[in-house]
Amino acid sequence: MAALLEVSRLGKSFRGVRAVTDVSFAVAEREIVSLIGPNGAGKTTVFNLIAGVLRPDTGRVRLASRDITGLRPDQICAAGIARTFQLVKPFPELTVLENVVVGALRGTPDVAEARAAARRLLDVVELGEQADVPAAHLTLPDRKRLEVARALATGPKLLLLDEVVAGLRPTEADRMVRALRRLHDEAGLTILLIEHVMRAVMALSDHIVVLHHGEKISEGTPEHVVRDPAVLGCYLGQGVR
Amino acid sequence: MNLETVANALASGLLTGLVYGLSALGLSVIFGVIRIVNFAHGEMMVVGMFIALVLFRRLGFDPLLSVPVVAAVMFAFGYALQHVIIRRVAHLPDYMQFLLLAALGLILASGSLVIFGPDAQGVQVAYATDSVALGMLVVDKPRLYAAAVALVVATVLLVFFKYSATGRAIRACADNYLGAKIVGLNVDRLYALTFGVGAACLGAAGCIILLLVDVHPYLGPAYTLLGFVIVIIGGLGSLYGALLGGMLIGVSEALAAVVIQPSLKTAVSFGLLILVLLLRPQGLLGRAVQ
Amino acid sequence: MMLERLFGDLTTAGRATLGAFLAILLALPFVASSYVNTVAIICLYLAFLGQAWNLMFGFAGLLSVGHALFVGLGAYTSAYLFVRHQVPPVIGILASVALAGTAAALIGSLAFRFAIGGVYFALLTIAFAEFTRILVDHAKFLGGTEGLFLPVGATSRQGIDLIHIRGWPAMYYYLILALCLGALLLCRLLLASRMGFYWRAIRDNPDAAAAAGVPIFRYRMYAVMISAALAGIAGVFYAFYYNNLFPEQVFGIERSVEVTLAPIVGGVGTAFGPILGAFVLTPLGESLSALVRWLQAQGIIAKQVRVDGVKQLFFGLAVMGIVLAQPRGLWPWICRRLRLFRPPSGQI
Repeated sequence: MAALLEVSRLGKSFRGVRAVTDVSFAVAEREIVSLIGPNGAGKTTVFNLIAGVLRPDTGRVRLASRDITGLRPDQICAAGIARTFQLVKPFPELTVLENVVVGALRGTPDVAEARAAARRLLDVVELGEQADVPAAHLTLPDRKRLEVARALATGPKLLLLDEVVAGLRPTEADRMVRALRRLHDEAGLTILLIEHVMRAVMALSDHIVVLHHGEKISEGTPEHVVRDPAVLGCYLGQGVR
Repeated sequence: MNLETVANALASGLLTGLVYGLSALGLSVIFGVIRIVNFAHGEMMVVGMFIALVLFRRLGFDPLLSVPVVAAVMFAFGYALQHVIIRRVAHLPDYMQFLLLAALGLILASGSLVIFGPDAQGVQVAYATDSVALGMLVVDKPRLYAAAVALVVATVLLVFFKYSATGRAIRACADNYLGAKIVGLNVDRLYALTFGVGAACLGAAGCIILLLVDVHPYLGPAYTLLGFVIVIIGGLGSLYGALLGGMLIGVSEALAAVVIQPSLKTAVSFGLLILVLLLRPQGLLGRAVQ
Repeated sequence: MMLERLFGDLTTAGRATLGAFLAILLALPFVASSYVNTVAIICLYLAFLGQAWNLMFGFAGLLSVGHALFVGLGAYTSAYLFVRHQVPPVIGILASVALAGTAAALIGSLAFRFAIGGVYFALLTIAFAEFTRILVDHAKFLGGTEGLFLPVGATSRQGIDLIHIRGWPAMYYYLILALCLGALLLCRLLLASRMGFYWRAIRDNPDAAAAAGVPIFRYRMYAVMISAALAGIAGVFYAFYYNNLFPEQVFGIERSVEVTLAPIVGGVGTAFGPILGAFVLTPLGESLSALVRWLQAQGIIAKQVRVDGVKQLFFGLAVMGIVLAQPRGLWPWICRRLRLFRPPSGQI
């Protein structure tokens, strides 16, 4: 399978503090890859570098062999990458449906068409009943699902999910995982996700990349990574067998 | 145009600039602590000017002597304003506060118009036409005295903020609102005090500038804009920056009047404002603002 | 079809209210005195201008306290072309719109490139307006401080000449009414379109909007330029209605502040808010002025009390009252109370 996303030698410093150093990995088409690591490892920074929110100091990002390094976030979206935010960012004054319509308008300038597409997506994430509720009134789990729906509405080739399961109760988390699995299996969506909740990571991932202090310290299948001493060391401290 | 003209313009500009700086101090203090941009700045100064005018007309007080009285009155006004009205919109987006203060400016200006009429009015002090010779410089006495009093008031203010307990408490609020609350400071009262101090500054500056300029109800916006130019160039929130900016603007206005054309001097100030807003919004001495 | 799209979210009460309002406005010149007509023209002018301003603030999120700049550019351009080069305003208006739009594009792109927002942007607009005022003050070819005067002949206030914008007072009335309603329709159309969705998204959360593929700079610029273009058109009307232009009066900051009053009181970010605001503030202001003059005639109030001062005082208090009590403006409140809109749209 061809690499859909290629991240090579990404580096970023903030006023002398190196947040991300020489990080390289690839995400193949139709793969689900998880980016894990302790807090402060640089995972969201990597996301922001890919999504165009930050400009890398070094390295390149390629989507289907096209260099997208340094493009603006809306250009990245046009290229085919959609993302969610760790702290959800709904459009509070717009209704749930209208939130998704904004995403759907990426694919078509016609508002009626966008509305129809948005409705279909709301059903996929099981928010159809709340279509006319102002987004500000939603609970956190619903907001997370709205965020996913809006991202999907842009018709992406690659979906970046930033801690989409964090803060959800186990039943809610399972529900989200099932929805993501369905999206992947049925629509062939490629997903790169940041996650702390290991049950989601293990349930979803084909491949895991581990970051620590801004560097990649391990990668591989879930089974491999879970046994890697380097990984265990960074989570539990040195000297753990 | 010779060296003497330029030197005199410089001197005159510096002195006027000190008074501008005092008024800008008021704006800077309020923004630095409460994070509110006082769009009624000029109008409040004009109110100070009118009070000084009344004191001169009724009681014969030289405006420079009225400074403590006017400052006290304006302090009370500012304190009440913050405590009763401005506090209520603290939670709203900052453009709402801006609009509130703009409305206040409108109220103050139109109130002045109703009470005092549209004509320019001024004071005539005994020494109005006297001047002092310092080498090749010839300086008007009113301008010299005005600058001196402005310097005194500014010094009092700076000393207050640096050394007094209340001043330090106010600075603590400015640095760290939450921290100040946790430590037990009564932030609401300190904010009201700060606005009062800022307003007192404006009252004092208004008093002083009456010596140099006639007052009329439409003077407000010009001084508001001047205040902003100074404070943005000097740096919002920086007290020394306000004084420095004031002197810079005073000098540039004076030089522009001599070199280009008097009526274009404000245009030069605005040009500077545009440049600074674009290139370095935090000003010369200010901290970077979002 | 189109009407459904534009007004489909109104309830029966809403449609009835709008219809009644429209009917009154259309009939006004036939039933009211010339004084009332003049006041109505001012109302509609401020309503139109308020809608223009609202586009920049309510939809692009940029507070402009320098809108008099665009009005002035529109006014002076068409007036100058007419007085010096005999270009009729129906053509001159194109130049006005182009100039106003370009100025806005310049200010907008400067502001965005240098990331100026909020209060700093407001100050930037003030600075540009003042700068232009001073420049025009010194521009002899535009009349400078002495003013630019449009030729007004004996027959200028008769007939209907839309090409030169001369005619009965009623013609001016219907012209500004058409502009105002046109702006309303335009706003509703835009809001219902992709542009409207993108504007609201940018207003609510720019980061999320960018992530959803909205080109923020481009769409903000659209709002800025349309806002300025409409203000420029208002300027053309102003020039050919009042027939004299003075830099202080046209570009002055008082004018810029005046533009903002109706939208703030009526409802920022709504299409109809500025219209409501204008029709509340202007008649009340005029009534207040008339009352003061009457009280002066009776000797109850001193003769030297300035009537325009009292009017401005009232406006200031009105805005302060709105900001403190109903920051969203009167229109959203009325919509809720009278249920003029079907949920979820709620207002606009």
